[in-house]
Amino acid sequence: MLVVLFAVSVLTFLIFNVIPGGDPALRMAGRQPQPGQLERIREDWGFNDPIYVQYVKTMGQVFSGDLISYSTQENVWNEVKGRIPRTFALAIGAAIMWMLFATALGLYSAVKAGKFADRSLTILALIGISMPVFWVGALMNYYLGFRWGIFPNGGYVPFADDPWEWFYHLIMPWTALSLLFIGVYSRILRSNVLDTINEDYVRTARAKGLSERQVLLRHVLRNSMIPIVTLWGLDFGAVLGGGAILTETVFELQGVGQYAAESINELDVPPVLFVVIFGAFFIVLLNTIVDILYAALDPRVRLA
Amino acid sequence: MATEPATEYSVERPAVFEEEARREGVEGMGPWRLALRRLRRNKIAIAFGVLFVLVVGACLAAPLWADDVAHTSPIKNHLSDTIVVDGKKTNVVSLDGVPIGPTWQGEFFLGADTNGRDTMVRLLYGGRNSLLIGTVAALITTLLAVLVGILAGYFRGFTDTVVSRSLDVIWAFPAVLLGVALGTALTLSGLNLGPIEISSRSKLIPILIIGFIYIPYMARPIRGQVLSLREKEFVEAARAQGAGPLRIMLSEILPNLSSTVVVFFPLMVANAILLEAALGFLGVGIPPPEPSWGNLIGDGVDHILSGPHLAIVPGVALVITVLALNVFGDGVRDAFDPRATIHLEH
Repeated sequence: MLVVLFAVSVLTFLIFNVIPGGDPALRMAGRQPQPGQLERIREDWGFNDPIYVQYVKTMGQVFSGDLISYSTQENVWNEVKGRIPRTFALAIGAAIMWMLFATALGLYSAVKAGKFADRSLTILALIGISMPVFWVGALMNYYLGFRWGIFPNGGYVPFADDPWEWFYHLIMPWTALSLLFIGVYSRILRSNVLDTINEDYVRTARAKGLSERQVLLRHVLRNSMIPIVTLWGLDFGAVLGGGAILTETVFELQGVGQYAAESINELDVPPVLFVVIFGAFFIVLLNTIVDILYAALDPRVRLA
Repeated sequence: MATEPATEYSVERPAVFEEEARREGVEGMGPWRLALRRLRRNKIAIAFGVLFVLVVGACLAAPLWADDVAHTSPIKNHLSDTIVVDGKKTNVVSLDGVPIGPTWQGEFFLGADTNGRDTMVRLLYGGRNSLLIGTVAALITTLLAVLVGILAGYFRGFTDTVVSRSLDVIWAFPAVLLGVALGTALTLSGLNLGPIEISSRSKLIPILIIGFIYIPYMARPIRGQVLSLREKEFVEAARAQGAGPLRIMLSEILPNLSSTVVVFFPLMVANAILLEAALGFLGVGIPPPEPSWGNLIGDGVDHILSGPHLAIVPGVALVITVLALNVFGDGVRDAFDPRATIHLEH
């Protein structure tokens, strides 16, 4: 995994450094640089060093927290620090929401397999998968926010300022982001439940007189959740690390992902590099947590 | 949706299933004919497949609509023009910059954008670009994914390590972030790979980026399948007859991957169209003024206050197309693989 992280950082660095037109000194000097100014900038920022020296220096700054943005010349870590609560609020709320809805809908769909309810839920899930999140977000913003005034029109209120407003502002982003995941997860859960429901131990559970509800929740669901939990870990990690770029941008949440997207537009390498590593860190972290959760869900893993 | 209830049957009442097979004379039919048969019976999947064909047809007919009905072109501005709607003369774009909404008549059928361009015409031409990008990108993904999947799965060892780790690296990036990064870098400079030069305004750039990003999503399951195929008896038989690696890969393993490829392809096209839209929204898709659904949605979202139809129209077109591909793709998967062992990992 460390090898992958290393390769990811090198690739990000190369994309912006090797390709012509990406010379940061030219952009920093502005449209009409003074004679010698370009040279001075290159010297000060170390752009004359060989590329691997630049890479090592930049990576050192990433981990010591001294990384400076090319375009705003501000400290990247300070900028990211201020945005973390926003991204986390979006990620945690949405992850809970999509997991709850997907579990409920997937289970219901499987219980009603082949019936009208199942068919309509499957179509709804496919519609959820087929909608671009930024489009749904923009329409929600326009109709629910601007036209009908049911929800606030984008933006973020810190939890400490006003917990209710914080919640109220996040409902639309949570919903928009969750739609896709609910679609994907509920379909996978449905097919897993249908596979599990025919297992022998489920018949045993029924035979010993457990209620259908207990059979479904304690025996079927628990085993069907395992693949979903893996997926959930990966997706939750990606969103925590700023992966929900489109949602953050369309709702103006000013989170970590939006910072990365804006920095890419300015060809500002340091923040992009930082966010990519930040994001990869969360993916690795959540993967580990999922492995632990696995053992809790499936005792067989503990024995192995 | 019409997921064939075969899953439930075959587990609970295999006898019924077998008897049905005998009655319908399925015995002796090849997997392709069986799949085609199952697909034909899946009315919903067929309906959505037809819907997709209709969308493609409409987009191909874009010049007909532009020339004969709307009398304009996708990039022609009508800022100061007026048209007659319901017997009243109306500005295409009002003095305070608000474009006309859907008129439901030949010209400006779905309204105009803030430059006075005909939304319907741009929608159809944009669809051509989106479908082109989606299909060609999915083709590139498929070709490369099959290539690296076979190499990694067949040779294992060092080749497999290199291929799998490289796929992990692509996978570790959020798709949108990688797309935007590559898009920004390449649209500035164009792409120079030795003798190949691609101009920075070429459509090939988003196509290559999207095709590249999705390789791991398809290559991983293919590699897994090759790993198990290479241990099968028919591969051993070929090897005993003296077939070299190349021949085994091409004439023994490759044909066995075809159903996986057929199952994946519609879903890959759907995903590619969605990613194109995301890139267009973030401003790194096809360079304007050329339309694509992504550019149109991005543009519509920016100007949603002057006319919500600008965002709704291309968005609905995109959702219908992607939905049609997803439902059809689902049907194809069920037809080839009623027990649904092939999953598109997200």
